[in-house]
Amino acid sequence: MYDVVIIGSGITGSAAAYELSKYQLKVAVLEKENDVAQGATKANSAILHAGYDPVPGSLMARLNVRGVELARQLCRDLDVPYEPIGSFVLAFSQEQKAMVEQLYRRGVENGVPGLQVLTGDEARAMEPNLSPQVVAALYAPSAAICMPWEYCLALAETAAVNGVEFYLEHPVTALERVDEGWKVTAGGQVFASRYVISAAGVEAAQVHALAAPCPYAIHPTRGEYYLMDKSEGGRVSRVIFQCPSEKGKGVLVAPTVDGNLIVGPNAQVVDGEDTRNTAAGLGYVRERAAESVPSIDFRQSIRNFAGVRAVADTGDFVIGPVEGAPGFFEAAGICSPGLSAAPAVAEYLAQLLSRDGLELREKERFQNTRKRVRFNRLSAEEKAALVAANPAYGRVICRCETVTEGEILDAIHSPIPPRSVDGVKRRAGAGLGRCQGGFCGPRVVELLCREQGKRPGDMLQDRAGSWMLARETKGGAAHV
Amino acid sequence: MYDLIVVGGGPAGLSAACAAWDNGLRKILIVERDHELGGILNQCIHNGFGLHYFKEELTGPEYAGRFIQLLGQTGVEVRLDAMVLEVTPDRQVHMVSKKEGYRVEQARSIVLAMGCRERTRGAIGIPGSRPAGVYTAGAAQRYVNMEGWLPGNRVVILGSGDIGLIMARRMTLEGAKVLACVELMPYSSGLNRNIVQCLHDYDIPLYLSHTVTEIRGERRVEQVVVSRVDGRRSPIPGTEMVFDCDTLLLSVGLIPENELTRQAGIEMDRRTNGAVVYENMETSLPGVFACGNVCHVHDLVDFVTAESQRAGAAAARYVLGGERAGGESALLQLKNGDGVTYTVPQRLRREQVDRMCEVFFRVNRVCGDSEIVVTSGETQIAAFKREHLAPGEMEHISLPRALLDRAEGELTVSIREVEKQ
Repeated sequence: MYDVVIIGSGITGSAAAYELSKYQLKVAVLEKENDVAQGATKANSAILHAGYDPVPGSLMARLNVRGVELARQLCRDLDVPYEPIGSFVLAFSQEQKAMVEQLYRRGVENGVPGLQVLTGDEARAMEPNLSPQVVAALYAPSAAICMPWEYCLALAETAAVNGVEFYLEHPVTALERVDEGWKVTAGGQVFASRYVISAAGVEAAQVHALAAPCPYAIHPTRGEYYLMDKSEGGRVSRVIFQCPSEKGKGVLVAPTVDGNLIVGPNAQVVDGEDTRNTAAGLGYVRERAAESVPSIDFRQSIRNFAGVRAVADTGDFVIGPVEGAPGFFEAAGICSPGLSAAPAVAEYLAQLLSRDGLELREKERFQNTRKRVRFNRLSAEEKAALVAANPAYGRVICRCETVTEGEILDAIHSPIPPRSVDGVKRRAGAGLGRCQGGFCGPRVVELLCREQGKRPGDMLQDRAGSWMLARETKGGAAHV
Repeated sequence: MYDLIVVGGGPAGLSAACAAWDNGLRKILIVERDHELGGILNQCIHNGFGLHYFKEELTGPEYAGRFIQLLGQTGVEVRLDAMVLEVTPDRQVHMVSKKEGYRVEQARSIVLAMGCRERTRGAIGIPGSRPAGVYTAGAAQRYVNMEGWLPGNRVVILGSGDIGLIMARRMTLEGAKVLACVELMPYSSGLNRNIVQCLHDYDIPLYLSHTVTEIRGERRVEQVVVSRVDGRRSPIPGTEMVFDCDTLLLSVGLIPENELTRQAGIEMDRRTNGAVVYENMETSLPGVFACGNVCHVHDLVDFVTAESQRAGAAAARYVLGGERAGGESALLQLKNGDGVTYTVPQRLRREQVDRMCEVFFRVNRVCGDSEIVVTSGETQIAAFKREHLAPGEMEHISLPRALLDRAEGELTVSIREVEKQ
């Protein structure tokens, strides 16, 4: 009997798992995919928003501001790349300048620190590559960038280290209310639990409907992106937004924690998890981004991707107990600023469960640290010492990002081991760079096979079914 | 202290090191990131290498083997499985390996020979889903020829670069069905002999002026959509063809791998994506040379060898103090005239040229009967006749020193198509 079963291991589910792992509880996380962070968490703008966007008084406003406050320390504790670089919202007309001023007032009301309205020239003095058309900008120094899937992994891994059980490839197919709680059927197994938290992202309404009639609808909204080579990474040094519209926060241009440049998203309502890129969507992103920063060189693109945000028709996050389903809680409609709010959402969920009667007794020993080797961020002396201590850090596997064999082995033996080449990519960074795994792919396959006792023919690129190699050649496989 | 450190042990690095040895350097180190010398040649098991240099047809590993053998007769030191992390302007080379740990070596001269990498899906932005089964041709070649695994059964190839063409044949021989080779341009960027031997001989259709406009499939590639493009390379609606396949190979260009070069602050050429070099392959950083595909992408390894031998010899001359006084006045800038995409070298110091200066370049369109014209200001210095020019085939001309003496300040290379009578 579990105390809590969490459905979904995106940023929200993983943050909830982390939060609950602080207490003396038996917790399981059920994930339909073969890794954590597989939905919107791995495909978004990678930004922790300052919190001036949401309407004051909304859950979004409260949890966004609280979430980024928590994130600062959390990212430090759990070794998640995090940089508080600040953000601009650009105004290109007097009308938009009025919007920027409104955002300023909203931000102040939401408790966002350090907001300033800058003139166009002041903005350009700080960001020389901004368009000459910019007439004003809202400056929010507390906005930050982070590595979203590592944030999620760090939360999930820490939860796992502290006793939370993760069941990957366990899609939930049935929910049954029983006397003392719920029976959750997932991946052919039945999990009995006093409480259930659904953090099912785009599928929140479907999961809700397994427990009780669902009063809201999720409109999956796709955003397409460009990720650019590091040669473009210095184009801006802050997150550059445009004025938000009813369709979202608009197309942004921002550096990433790895030193690349991210550009996007558009916003298009789609059916389910449709993460396709389209010529029209990418064209729109290019055009709009060029309005903010005309000099972006799109020939330096190294990857396009798209993520689907779970937008609820209520206009706010949907967090709380589900009516008609005692013991069943959910965090639904977690679209932007979901990444920013995650730890606050988790904190809030824990409070709700506690109020409902779940006893939260702190563990005597809660391990709240996580550390990983990042060879490419070390000084020459640190590199030398590391390699001297463990030669595996002396073999560079990913040339573009300078990721070593030692780091890949660390990833393979991490608390939630990767089940695919992209799983290694998200944990160690191999294949994230400009050649997109062209060079290191076969070597990562080799290491995964060696360490996990698999054959290259079993190897997956990413999700279940994403097989990489069809069969041995006529001459047979080389070795392994 | 090394006389010369060569970064990369592929064909360029091997030739440069051998040439430097032959020209008198004795303390030479090659740093190679793979576990063996030879670079990308090791996975190129097809033949056709060495026709110019050895006057015989060798496979890639055989061609590399010849130079590895030559290297064995020298005292050149080799460090394998070692990755260079940084080259500093004062010629320190930072490297790391399992065996030797983190090392910083000082060099009197450096040859950059890191080769190139393939353009990926992300660089060309193909719309659609992002399933497994989209490989660069070179990555697929590695799986087939080095690992012994076939990446897929039904294949479409985008781009008609040489590696793509070679892989069309290779996958077919391994029992895969290659459905089509799709080329955006109205002409192939591959060598003509490869079109014949790798596509025509196996009845693989080549669709010129076409491109892949969508990739379909959730987990693994299931289909690709191919459309015809107009004169401005935009897909024409209504021309879509759908191929049921599990694999898309990309052969859409090579990019010189110059991260170390840029980091060292060496001046780059936007056209070649390589360093700007002088007649002897020296970069803007004195004593640092670049050759092979890191400098500009070659079609034939034979030319890589020749270019790298010049770089190696020049490094020896640099270290042994044989440079002649150049002087600013004798500097000639090479300019890309009509029809020319780039030239290598981009600059030449007249006094450094012994008898001849080799100039390599690519044209930007397919031309019939043409003249390659070299001018300096209003003066025509030289003209060379060609029956056929194509962007896919690197061209070169040899300019005698005597002609260079007539040039002033700059040299422009351009193409003049001869009107048919």
